[in-house]
Amino acid sequence: MSAAAALGEDLATYNFAYLDEQTKRMIRRAILKAIAIPGYQVPFASREMPMPYGWGTGGVQVTASIIGPQDVLKVIDQGADDTTNAVSIRAFFQKVASVAVTTKTREATIIQTRHRIPEEKLQAGQVLVYQVPIPEPLRFLEPRETETRKMHALEEYGLMHVKLYEDIARHGHIATTYAYPVLVAGRYVMDPSPTPKFDNPKMDMSDALQLFGAGREKRIYAIPPHTRVVSLDFEDHPFEIQTFDEPCALCGAEGVYLDEVILDDRGGRMFVCSDTDHCEDRRAAGHRGRLSPDEAYAGHGQVQEDTGR
Amino acid sequence: MSDARLSTLAVSGGFSDPVFEAQAVFRALMDVTARPGTVHTLPAGVAPPAPLGQGPGAVALALCDPDTPVWLDRDIDSESVRAWLSFQCGAPLAQGPERSAFAFVKGETMPDMADFASGTQEYPDRSTTLVVEVEALDGGAALRLEGPGIDGQRRIAPRGLPATFMTQRAANRALFPRGVDVVLVAGLCMMALPRSTVVSHVNEPEAG
Repeated sequence: MSAAAALGEDLATYNFAYLDEQTKRMIRRAILKAIAIPGYQVPFASREMPMPYGWGTGGVQVTASIIGPQDVLKVIDQGADDTTNAVSIRAFFQKVASVAVTTKTREATIIQTRHRIPEEKLQAGQVLVYQVPIPEPLRFLEPRETETRKMHALEEYGLMHVKLYEDIARHGHIATTYAYPVLVAGRYVMDPSPTPKFDNPKMDMSDALQLFGAGREKRIYAIPPHTRVVSLDFEDHPFEIQTFDEPCALCGAEGVYLDEVILDDRGGRMFVCSDTDHCEDRRAAGHRGRLSPDEAYAGHGQVQEDTGR
Repeated sequence: MSDARLSTLAVSGGFSDPVFEAQAVFRALMDVTARPGTVHTLPAGVAPPAPLGQGPGAVALALCDPDTPVWLDRDIDSESVRAWLSFQCGAPLAQGPERSAFAFVKGETMPDMADFASGTQEYPDRSTTLVVEVEALDGGAALRLEGPGIDGQRRIAPRGLPATFMTQRAANRALFPRGVDVVLVAGLCMMALPRSTVVSHVNEPEAG
């Protein structure tokens, strides 16, 4: 096809989006069942991908199975569009599917993510694809798959509450800060992948479809749009998200998730938006933070180079 | 019907561009499953032999293959449909409805949902997807949908479902997380009622 021709005759050519059609059908069937049973982990015959496990092979297989020529793809790694994992997965799909890519959250139809949910509210019609390392929320409490499967079947989630309680007993508060377990549509306890718990409220009643792919563990699960997603907690220790003492040093945003950046070896540091697109958008709109570069630079698209990141 | 005629029927009417047409049909299915009660129109182009309709034929081409036993209701079953599914998808015929991954049925005469595979409590995904051909997706009795994928409520009024549909549906919902998933198809228009959706009559307070 045209995609193959674009790659040149000297390179090996692939089917559109790399996977063969029977693999796509198998993954597509798993995705449909996953949507029909929100939060339930559907086993699927995960394939070897041209990247190591841990690099998002599950998310890549989900994206490859749903993507079409009309889609616009955004890939983020910890909120950033410009880090290794995001750059290589974006390049992968440009090469094997010739799709349009973007870094703008609102322009994307499919957003593949490693461990963040964009700050900007997602729209109906967008699909968020998560890369998941360990899909089973009960795995570190019970190593046997036969047992965890039975616990899900019987809706037996007491052990998870014991784990959160032990946090309180030991630390005085729930110390789990990422991969914070959620209850989906009142039935399945689900691992939201290692997103910071800051992002958990964004999963609740989202307008977008959320798909989760775990390549090594061979599981796919989903949260349909407008689905109740509740972070587990206790009446006297309600769920709370992280808060930050200072706004983003570059765009001045508050109420967003921040990364700590070390500036020198004398204790200098700054906190900046983890979501690079959100931060750039705000700076383009004229917002400034404590360490913003000069207006002259910022106005000419030089922001990224000047941040020292 | 001669063998020669049969084979012509079987080898024609499939996707002309399998990769992209299958993707388009799947994306429509994914959207309607994620938003129960919404309607998507499938691209035309598939021409399965009668009595299998265009919509159900497109769903079969997009999702069925040698891994998925297919069950045909007697109103959809024919030598040419079997040959077409066999040639186009390579899908085996299921030994019975309870052994099928996909079942193609007509609305008025569909068997009870309880006859199909509902999965197990440990593996509720091992269940039949029921593709039901109905007269139309509107003009029937008003039904209310609630559940995942629906912002508040959504109303639908498909025409051509059996009189017992609501009781079957209530029994199916009671099995959750087990249960069959339903795709309603009229011509090229398609709507999904996954097992998570609660369906009730508009003038009744609560049903399944």
